[in-house]
Formats: sequence, structure tokens, C-alpha cells
Amino acid sequence: MVRHVIAPVDELPPGTRKFLTIDARPIAVFNIKGEFFGLLNRCPHQGAALCEGPLIGLAQSSDPGEIEYTRLGEIIRCPWHGWEFDIRTGQSYCDPKRFRAKTYPANVEPGSSVVKGPYVAETIAVSVESDYVVVDL
Amino acid sequence: MNVQFRSGAEPASSVGVKTAIADCDIHPARATATELYPYLAKRWHAHLETYGKHPYQGMMEGPPYPKAQPNASRRDAWPPDGGPQGSSLSFMQQQHLDPNNVALGVLCPLNTGQGIRNQDLSAALATAINDWQIDKWTSQDPRLKGSIVVANEDGPAAAAEIRKRAGDKNFVQVLLLSRNVEPLGQRRYWPIYEAAEEAGLPIGVHAFGFGGNPITASGWPSFYIEEMVGHSQCQQTALASIVLEGVFERHPKLKMVMIEAGFGWAPSLSWRLDKSWQRLKSEVPHVKRPPSEYIRDHIFWTTQPMEDPERRDHLFDVIDWVGWDKLLFATDYPHWDYDEPSRVLPAGVSDANREAFYLGNARKLYGLS
Repeated sequence: MVRHVIAPVDELPPGTRKFLTIDARPIAVFNIKGEFFGLLNRCPHQGAALCEGPLIGLAQSSDPGEIEYTRLGEIIRCPWHGWEFDIRTGQSYCDPKRFRAKTYPANVEPGSSVVKGPYVAETIAVSVESDYVVVDL
Repeated sequence: MNVQFRSGAEPASSVGVKTAIADCDIHPARATATELYPYLAKRWHAHLETYGKHPYQGMMEGPPYPKAQPNASRRDAWPPDGGPQGSSLSFMQQQHLDPNNVALGVLCPLNTGQGIRNQDLSAALATAINDWQIDKWTSQDPRLKGSIVVANEDGPAAAAEIRKRAGDKNFVQVLLLSRNVEPLGQRRYWPIYEAAEEAGLPIGVHAFGFGGNPITASGWPSFYIEEMVGHSQCQQTALASIVLEGVFERHPKLKMVMIEAGFGWAPSLSWRLDKSWQRLKSEVPHVKRPPSEYIRDHIFWTTQPMEDPERRDHLFDVIDWVGWDKLLFATDYPHWDYDEPSRVLPAGVSDANREAFYLGNARKLYGLS
């Protein structure tokens, strides 16, 4: 597993996502209310760019007429067929036994730690004063 | 080690299939509401702006059920230059035709004026849509072929439009929808079949329609998902009507394509038709052969949305009944229930059947081999 520095934290404020290609793999990193999530930008169902879909909540029903809408903004919905995946785990809510979206750990590291490495960040100038989003893959 | 950034989302990169394919259900759209005006007499511009289009269905505008995605389309299919999904040829080429190696794309325009009550307007819009298909699409990209849109409830006007386009290589079929004012085998539609047979053109029957009847035979359901699965019901009643009214007895050379309504139901409908026909043959003496024979001889099926049973041998059983020579691959681009070409057919299909499924059958049916 290699740690990649992908952006200063300021460039990825809450509610945004960043698309990038690392080792020929299309990745997206999301900032959801200050938490960071990395996801392979390919739907395991038919290969669409999964991370271009909307972030929605999880609608569940214990009984007909009873609807709970939770996890707001934590479910990614595929732009083609609407398959839903948990952005924390990659779990599919349509067919959890056969399909799982690929997730990558993403978090924030201080510049003082990033300059020491081992990180890969050729395209980013790192300074000790800033914090950086780091994704592992 | 390279980390490459891009500022925004790019269109989905399809996993392209290596061999050429036919896509027998592509939906071209107008970029603006007035894009058809150059093909319509001035009187219809004023009419549309004053009175609008009055369909048979209860709703004045839009489909009877909401769609799961904007314009029922893939969320990555908005052309970057604006306009709705499917309205830009260059973006369609870049996102779909080129990466998926589409050698033949059959256009099925929707929201055209089929199923509106003013028959003169319906016919004028059909003619306009057909001229627009040539100007905007088929003359600009030789891979694309049009479908002759007709005023479906006005048999003589529809037949006249077909005869006008007969022999025009921009078109490969006549387009109808499954839900009309009456079941599709009835006599008001016979002039359409006569003209199509005469022109040597198949009839494509696409799911949807604005005839005013509910999507199900038991009334209006609550959910969009019921409309989605209801299309196969509508298609079954339309097909049963076509067979039982004797359309294929009258027009032995006529071929039809069932578009976007599935094919898994073909065997069970045929078994039930045959069984009843054995008992009720005297009611319909003009149906001289078992109904299943007409279906096998005259009907082709587009694949999208592909049947997807848990066990693939069940899919192959159905295809054995339908015939590997009767399936026409389709994606439904740019609609949201699009089938990705490389993900549709499971492993274990012979090269010959695979080629027929993806391209050969379509070329043969549409006379483009």
C-alpha cells in the first residue's frame, strides 16, 4: 500500500469531490462533512463512472408506510442504473453478496508528517504549514 | 509514479468491446424546443405555441410516470455544449459511437408527436422528425440510420409517409410505440403494415406510447418501477393482437422488432397462445398456424434491458427458444437503463452466435450486410 498525497485540505472543502488517476486507476476522493473517503470511480455493476453520481441518503422501511431516511450524503448512487453503495464500506444495497465498490482509506495528515514520508506527491508542493489529504492504495 | 488531476468529471469511460456492434435503440433528442421549426410549416409554429400538443393520455405534458434520472438519462450524458442528453451528435460520437465501436446505430426518436389527438399536427410532426433525422444525424454520420416516424393513429397518413420515404437509405424501419389507442393488430393500423411490407421495411415497436390506456391491464399503478416492468405487459398484448388479427397472414413478408420490452416472456406467451388457439381456433379462422409460428418467423427482439436471471443457463434456454438469429443488441443510449456492450452477454457463447447477436442479425434484418 502506497500513500498518495492528493491535495491540500483547503482544496477539498466539505461537499466537494476530487477526481484523479493514480497508477492508471480512476479514483475519486470525497469530503463529506469534514470526513474523507476514497473510492474507485468504476461501478462494479456495468463499469460506469460511479463517483459522478449524486450522494443521497439511505431509505429503509421496517414496515409498509414506515420510512427511515438516514445516512444523508453517505450513499453514492450510480449515474447509470442508480445502484447504491455505502461510501464508508463500498457495500451495495442492491446486491451485497455479488457486488462491492472498491474503497480506499483517505484522511488528513499534517504537512510536518507529510514532508517526512513515505508519501508520493510529485505533483504537489508540500509545506509543513498546511494539512494534506492522503489516500492509501 | 504519476498522480494526475482533472478539474471535473469526465464522461464515463466504457470498457469498449473490440468487435464492431450494432446498437438498435439509440434515442436522439432535440437541443431546443424549436429545433423542429425549420421542418414545420409556419402555421404549426403558431399552433404549438398557442395550443400545444394534446395527447390521448390525461397529462398534457411529459410522461405519465416520473423517471429515475433527469430525462430518463444517464447522468454522465449531458453534452458539454448544453442541451439535453442525446442532443449532440459530436458528444454521442465521443461518448458512445466511437469507444463502443458502433458500426450501425438505429435511431428511435421519442416524444415526436405520435399519440396526439390532432391528426394533422401528428402527421406534420412525424414528417418534420423524419427530415430532422436526415439533416442532423444520418447525413452527418453514415453509421446512423433513422426510423420513419408516423402519425400512428391515422393509418392513411402514416402509410403516405412510409411510401414517401420508401427506398430512402437514411431509414431502416418504421417506428411505432406499444401503447396506442387500440391494440396494435386492429384494422386502423393495417395501412401502416401494408405500406411497410410494400417498402420492404420492418416495423419497430418501441415500449411506451400515449394512447391513454394505463400501463397495466389492471389499472394505473403507484410506482415508476411498475411502469418499467409494465412495458413487457403492453408489448405482449400488442403482439398477441398483431398475431390474432391476422396481420402476418395478410403480410407474410412483414418483419417486426420488439424494442426495449424484454424477450424472456416470448416463450410463455407463445405457449399460452398456442394452447388457447388449439381450443378456440374456430373463433379466429384467419389465424391458420399456431401463433408461436408467426412469432418465431416474424419477430425480432432488441436486447436492452437485457434479461438477467440468477442462472445463466436460464437465459440460454430462453434464447434457444427465441433464436440466436432473432436478437438485436441495443444499449438505449443515452437513457439511464443503458446496457454496457461488454457486460451484457455472459461467457460461453460461440463466436458465431456472439457476432450474430452484436451485429450480424441487425445487418441482415436492415439489409445492410
